[in-house]
Amino acid sequence: MRTRTYWGLLVFCNLLIGAFFIWRLQTDNQQAFLPGEATHGHHQIELACEACHIPFEGVPQKACLDCHAEELEMANDSHAESVFSDPRNLAELELLNARLCVSCHVEHRPEMVTSMGVTVPDDHCFHCHFDIAEQRPTHTEMDFNTCATAGCHNFHDNRALYEDFLLEHSDEPGVLVTPLVSKRDEPEALGPPLSFGDHDAPADREVDPALLAEWAGTVHARTGVNCSDCHVAEDPKALWDDSPTHEACKSCHENEVSGFLGGKHGMRIASGLSPMSPSLARLSMDPEAMERELGCTSCHDAHKFDTTRAALDSCLECHADNHSKSYKDSPHFKLWQEEVSGIGVPGSGVSCATCHLPRESHKKGDDKWVLVQHNQNKNLQPNEKMIRGVCMECHGLSFSIDALADPVLIERNFQGQPSRHVESVDMAVQRAIEDLKRKKK
Amino acid sequence: MMIMARTVCALTLGGFFLTALAIGCGSGGGSGDNQESGTIFTPRMMADALYAVIESDRTVYTREVVDRLQDEEKVIKASEHWKDDKALPLPAQMFRMGAKMASDKTNVFSYSLLSLWPINKQNAPKTEVEKQGLEAVAERQKPFYAKETLGGKTFFTAVYPDAAVAPACINCHNNHKDSPRSDFKLGKTMGGVVIRIPLSQR
Repeated sequence: MRTRTYWGLLVFCNLLIGAFFIWRLQTDNQQAFLPGEATHGHHQIELACEACHIPFEGVPQKACLDCHAEELEMANDSHAESVFSDPRNLAELELLNARLCVSCHVEHRPEMVTSMGVTVPDDHCFHCHFDIAEQRPTHTEMDFNTCATAGCHNFHDNRALYEDFLLEHSDEPGVLVTPLVSKRDEPEALGPPLSFGDHDAPADREVDPALLAEWAGTVHARTGVNCSDCHVAEDPKALWDDSPTHEACKSCHENEVSGFLGGKHGMRIASGLSPMSPSLARLSMDPEAMERELGCTSCHDAHKFDTTRAALDSCLECHADNHSKSYKDSPHFKLWQEEVSGIGVPGSGVSCATCHLPRESHKKGDDKWVLVQHNQNKNLQPNEKMIRGVCMECHGLSFSIDALADPVLIERNFQGQPSRHVESVDMAVQRAIEDLKRKKK
Repeated sequence: MMIMARTVCALTLGGFFLTALAIGCGSGGGSGDNQESGTIFTPRMMADALYAVIESDRTVYTREVVDRLQDEEKVIKASEHWKDDKALPLPAQMFRMGAKMASDKTNVFSYSLLSLWPINKQNAPKTEVEKQGLEAVAERQKPFYAKETLGGKTFFTAVYPDAAVAPACINCHNNHKDSPRSDFKLGKTMGGVVIRIPLSQR
């Protein structure tokens, strides 16, 4: 009798535990299944297991590439999968299967993670480049754990670091002669300019005149974007939506919304989770902003859509780390104040967005246009990714490399000069001189 | 320009057809067809066929695109940094881009461009067969065939001489600061095309 009770209790407990896990699988909160916290890049979506995992199949390479393939392609990935897929590399692959992202970026193992979410020893370059000093005598005394940490090389993105690029930009001054960022292009107008009285909010709705006045002063009104264009979905018979989401913005700002969803601010929404909030961040945030939720209008303001505010004040309302808090003492802020006040020419100011949501030039045939990249991941880390797309709009290459290799200067938001000098540009110049001498002989 | 583009397209399409034929026959999946036609494709025949396609496309691109437009007509340059420089990819880069695309599609074969005197040292011989093959094709200018085991897997490896088919080849390799040689001559072997066909799954 007692044995039967024990067995019954055991089965009941197992069923209870099983039921608990099955129930948790059905809910949004899958914390119970988290084997360890995720890296800085993925922690926001660590509870969206299916964003990376396939049940009983692990993490397929496709899961990584779904989010990162475009970025790697644009970066001319120096160590693309194809570099390693040749059978001649099979022996090395048995040591480290570099064809798979997860070989070097193991998730949920915080004790293994070094900078950039890398989980292999930082002298891993040695395996293939052990004889580099034979080709580059200048590298003889260098340790292999400095290849990617000294501002010289990146594993994936070397667009601003390859030798001929260093050489081409070797004689640039710290600040360029015309340090201006490109003018942003706006979407095509939907119709003729609208004024306060042209609004098409339904007559039976009580509309705050202050909101209408804000709208009437925006580029939306100037380009014929009326209330219904955002508050009513494409179907004109659809119900009025008091709080349109990024889906409404997407109809005109597809690139911007796509960047937002791929970046730090929107990746939770893209993964089917609740919107990002400062309370979920690992960076220091303003205590008063903790419960805010991020969408397009949290930075751009519904109805005002003030890009000047969105470029600076919106950021500092939440971000409270040392880099952010030092910004208003920086020369960049001074330039921004001058531009906003009309003393500085358009494009001369440097806001938070200038560097972290930079303007990108696009070209197809004779058509050229400039858009704001809302995916910070594309130029955030490793920070050398910022050199070409951001820093070099205003600064010379060597100065940019030095500045980004100085963590103290970054924390002080670039007040002062770089305290160290990365020698890569000098080495490229020296080699070019030696090559010229050799050819003259 | 149009005619040249069509020629390249036709050669490429022809190449894909030939490649597909070779793969279909070589993989055993088309054994019924083999029996019907009485043809048996050996790894060596498959490698030779692949090389015919690879070498033809490469020569056409080098002579009719790079050499003609860069060195003769002087209308556009070919550059190692072709994206940044808004230029043509170098023939070796064109070759490697094709090899990469093929490797994304199939693991029935792979191919690479190696040399005893490479500009990028990662393209120097790595395996014993590569070394023997590159030395053999440099000396005799004839294909070299061998079996080799890499990572526990057996491969049929063929190495074909890769000759300087146009002035663009030697101009670039003789003047590049990372090139260990500056005396390459037109028509002479500069390296080798290495084609590998796996003979075992493990």
